[in-house]
Amino acid sequence: MFNITLEKRPSDSKTMSYLSPLFAVILTLISGGLLFSALGQDPFHALYTFFIAPLTDVYGWTELGVKVAPLTLCAIGLMLCFKARIWNIGAEGQFILGGLGGGYIALELLEAEGFWVLPVVLLCGALSGLLWGALTALLKTRFGANEILTTIMLNYIALNWLLYGVHGPLKDPDGFNFPESALFSDFATLPVLSDDYRLNISIFFALFAVAVVWALMSKTLLGFQIAVLGEDKAAARFAGFKEERLIWFVLLACGALAGLAGVSEVTGSVGQLNPYISPGYGYAAIIVVFLGRMHPVGIVFASMLLALTYMGGEMAQMDLALPKSLTGLFQGMLLFYLLACDLLISYRIVRKPAVRAIGSSSNSAQA
Amino acid sequence: MDFELFTNILFATLRTGTPLILIALGEMVCEKSGVLNLGQEGMVLMGAALGFIAAVVTGHAGLGIIAAILAGMMMSVLFAFLAVTLVSNQVATGLALTIFGTGLSGFLGAGYVGMAIDGIAPFPIPFLSDIPVIGKVLFSHDPLVYLSWVMFGLIFWCFRSTRLGLIIRAVGENPEAANAIGIPVMKVRYGAILFGGAMAGLAGAYLSLVYTPMWSEGMSAGRGWIALALVVFASWKAERILLGAYLFGAASILHLVLQGLGFEASPNLLAMLPYGATIIVLVIIASDAAKAKLSTPLALGRPYRPQV
Repeated sequence: MFNITLEKRPSDSKTMSYLSPLFAVILTLISGGLLFSALGQDPFHALYTFFIAPLTDVYGWTELGVKVAPLTLCAIGLMLCFKARIWNIGAEGQFILGGLGGGYIALELLEAEGFWVLPVVLLCGALSGLLWGALTALLKTRFGANEILTTIMLNYIALNWLLYGVHGPLKDPDGFNFPESALFSDFATLPVLSDDYRLNISIFFALFAVAVVWALMSKTLLGFQIAVLGEDKAAARFAGFKEERLIWFVLLACGALAGLAGVSEVTGSVGQLNPYISPGYGYAAIIVVFLGRMHPVGIVFASMLLALTYMGGEMAQMDLALPKSLTGLFQGMLLFYLLACDLLISYRIVRKPAVRAIGSSSNSAQA
Repeated sequence: MDFELFTNILFATLRTGTPLILIALGEMVCEKSGVLNLGQEGMVLMGAALGFIAAVVTGHAGLGIIAAILAGMMMSVLFAFLAVTLVSNQVATGLALTIFGTGLSGFLGAGYVGMAIDGIAPFPIPFLSDIPVIGKVLFSHDPLVYLSWVMFGLIFWCFRSTRLGLIIRAVGENPEAANAIGIPVMKVRYGAILFGGAMAGLAGAYLSLVYTPMWSEGMSAGRGWIALALVVFASWKAERILLGAYLFGAASILHLVLQGLGFEASPNLLAMLPYGATIIVLVIIASDAAKAKLSTPLALGRPYRPQV
């Protein structure tokens, strides 16, 4: 019936691996347009509202930065894991634990004054995330437990831990019984770049992490070992690389980075602990890694796109009265189309050779 | 502990285990055919959302169940097209299905958050439900609980003594050999994935129409993932899935037990229990890696492309 078929390329196409995200974005936009018209909206106006309107002023760009920072930090950590073929889905839990651990210290230090407070809080946040990552590494290396499932379970445990904190011991005693902590002191708050905007210095943490990971992966033996482990486990073993140590390294690094993202979020744009400190940054970061082609620079651009879907969702809610959950829908579509388009990296679409069709029909005639 | 409480706990255990049984049985069939579908969570959420919406719009909970099954199947077709026809990476595609299903269900259900419906009423089986204790624990449930037993029986029988069961297993163990003896590998895999989707959708309907008759975003709370662990824990055996699901059900309602014993504990801390239990189960499975390997379908997760 179909006249086309897939044919394996002799070797993977580099061009396609760069074009695939572009195709995926285009297909997502087309589907989004169709969806908007099905909802009775003018598709062009709706797409404009979702993807362009949020970025028409300086404020919009700074808000993009507010969301790019945590996404990039989580994604750059996940990239290390995915490079080593460790399917860590746990950035969300590590993010939450970072926020919870750092937030707890910030609340303990509410009365403290001095410029040492903020570094201590940030360090504790990163350490909390790191410990959560260490738990995964322990379960993986010591017990051989499947990391996809353990990290997802740890995500749910982390979320419930946060809920326990804000409903229980960390709840603000003067907070009218809302499930929120007290506001952190100024000494435990990340400095903003300009008083007019919410953008804070966590964007520099993110860019610094990108630079470090880029150097690690392209200039060091450790990075090379991680890549080899992911490409070919047997080769890594043969070369004498310490597999367990590499697994520990990527999971700890990811935990610390996601933890830093979490604590930066609570000491930055949130300013306290509440049940909503993560709008799913840890999950969205998975899409960022795939979309960014597992490359640090690609990840920065992909983070910007995913950050935009969060802003677009809010914009669509305000201007078009559509549910904010459009964000998740667009993110899901994007990942799906990306996976489908990625097929073109190792396969190409060809017309079915006519000769063979005749041959096979004559065969069946004989039979 | 008084007797009534004990009966109630057993009753609640069966209710809580039911969605896990449905999801895990569906996933087991899918994995037996060699396909690892990590998108259970997304399919369950879609089933829950569309089941609830259909029940609200039509006013019939039964139509809600049908809508949920169809929703789960639609999602699984998407997965099957990518993972079977386009031979994409099954792990990544399954994750994508979960992320997509979470987003889509949240979007579609946004207008229905906070609505209440009657849900599906319990259907005590005449006479049997009058038996003391057992009648209450086993025979006073809603129809979907009985259906989960029927599905268990069918699947158990299918893999024990039918040709269909053999065919599915052949495809999951060695697709090339299965193809060589004329089994349509792709069709079998499509069928198994669709069945898994239908069961996940049904489990979603159970959550939003029976267990807690309402819709809220992400309401499946990781059950799709727990069911995935359950399948491995049960080493792909239907009877062990039944057992495992009820054990998890018991862990999830431990707060009832504790309250009965007079303990006060934070609901959030108790909510961690099933997830913690899953991690422990994963460790136990992995500690016996050789045995797990023996029962794993050989071609699990390996894409199959027919040679033209």
